[in-house]
Amino acid sequence: MIKHETIEKNIGLMILLIIIVISGGGLAEIVPLFFSSSTTKPIEGLRTYTPLEFEGRDIYIREGCNTCHSQMIRPFRAETERYGHFSTANEHVYEYPFLWGSKRTGPDLARVGGRYSDDWHRAHLYNPRDVVPESKMPSYPWLFENKLSGKDTAKKLTAQQTLGVPFTDETIAGAAEAVQGKYEIDALVAYLQALGKMHTQYNNKR
Amino acid sequence: MSAFWSAWVTVITLAVILGCTWLLLATRKSQPHQDTTEETLGHEFDGIEEYDNPLPKWWFQMFIGTVIFGLAYLTLYPGFGNFQGLLGWSSTGQWEDEMKHAEETYKPVFAKYAALPVEELVSNPENENGLKMGQRMFANNCSLCHGTAATGAHGFPNLTDADWLYGGDAATIKASIANGRSGAMPPWGAVLGEEGVRDVTNYVLSLSGAESDAEAAARGQTQFQALCTACHGADGKGLPILGAPNLTDDVWLYGGSFEKVAHSIRNGRAGVMPAHKDLLSDEKIHLITAYVYSLSNK
Repeated sequence: MIKHETIEKNIGLMILLIIIVISGGGLAEIVPLFFSSSTTKPIEGLRTYTPLEFEGRDIYIREGCNTCHSQMIRPFRAETERYGHFSTANEHVYEYPFLWGSKRTGPDLARVGGRYSDDWHRAHLYNPRDVVPESKMPSYPWLFENKLSGKDTAKKLTAQQTLGVPFTDETIAGAAEAVQGKYEIDALVAYLQALGKMHTQYNNKR
Repeated sequence: MSAFWSAWVTVITLAVILGCTWLLLATRKSQPHQDTTEETLGHEFDGIEEYDNPLPKWWFQMFIGTVIFGLAYLTLYPGFGNFQGLLGWSSTGQWEDEMKHAEETYKPVFAKYAALPVEELVSNPENENGLKMGQRMFANNCSLCHGTAATGAHGFPNLTDADWLYGGDAATIKASIANGRSGAMPPWGAVLGEEGVRDVTNYVLSLSGAESDAEAAARGQTQFQALCTACHGADGKGLPILGAPNLTDDVWLYGGSFEKVAHSIRNGRAGVMPAHKDLLSDEKIHLITAYVYSLSNK
């Protein structure tokens, strides 16, 4: 029979056994998802971001919005009543990286698009307490000062295209022009207003 | 999931569980069975030796317990590939049950209030609970812009002051909530020039009796008559159908100071109320309408 001693004194064997044991979970839970149509096939009518929305998404990542806001509505009534239809994997096929988040200090934003006016988002991002007195969200006044140069926008979209996001060549060619001179706040608000509006398959009426 | 991946998941899951169990039993077999022994592992460092004791019994039994729990769980709940589990549970199914239960519980309540006209809901104290429901839904859906007490904020109308941009009757309030509103005051800075903006600002302020330069206001009046009356009316009392505010009542959505009014004239305003008909059911919009209506009609 195999003895602990045998494993402990043969480091090569120990490494091999450890690899076998820890791969089990990944092989069973993660690998099949790479080949499942429910995770790899986009939901019908799923569009790609406009260059401005895409730049807004990068600002969302830069400012760390996803550390306090999730984009993942779970299938519980308490959540679907508040946020709309629960999230599904095929809505996120074009997301590199996905921004599901894992913690809600603020509310979920998966379907925040269209719920508030652009003016509200601008007021709220400038100083959240101006519109929600009890808010503890930080203010982001520099978004109203910084302008986008558009220097890297085309390169970013090309990288996304390489990963399989169907940005058209025309979109990429016009990307720099589409964002140049816009303020960062314009890009971020455009992105927020697109959340949940990337397709029209789900009924969000509650 | 295809049959191949289903089998893949099942085989790996079982292999890992059984493999761990085998490893535990196999290594245990080679160990002495007493709880503690005097035997040592035979190595010694600085006079310190290690006893060759077996795993504590409670630890071993807990491990076996988790294996049994795991296998029972995988039999009852989905986990083995396409096997749905004996209980037939799914997260979507659980959500549908919750929704069905809520529908059965709340539908009659909503139906009762939906059948009553808004005015009746507000005037009859028996319907107090309906208004409370409306207030809760207002807090959830509307308070971010209009405030928890519906008193508004800079750029977001106060709903308690009986001053309305688009009209305060029940049908109009309901239309505002369901279809949203888009304000469209164009910027006049380029047309008027900075001098003109100051003149018109003086005139607009004089309409509500605020302090203003009479000479400038007189010049502003001419320009106001030419440019502003189409929406705000010849007397400046506004036009609810366009959402053009009454300028004579000293109620200001974007502030009534000289600079704020000048800013509105110079740069225009385009306040947007988002449409809620795709977000909220008709019954809910009905109750929110009743709550908003009650704020200025109690």
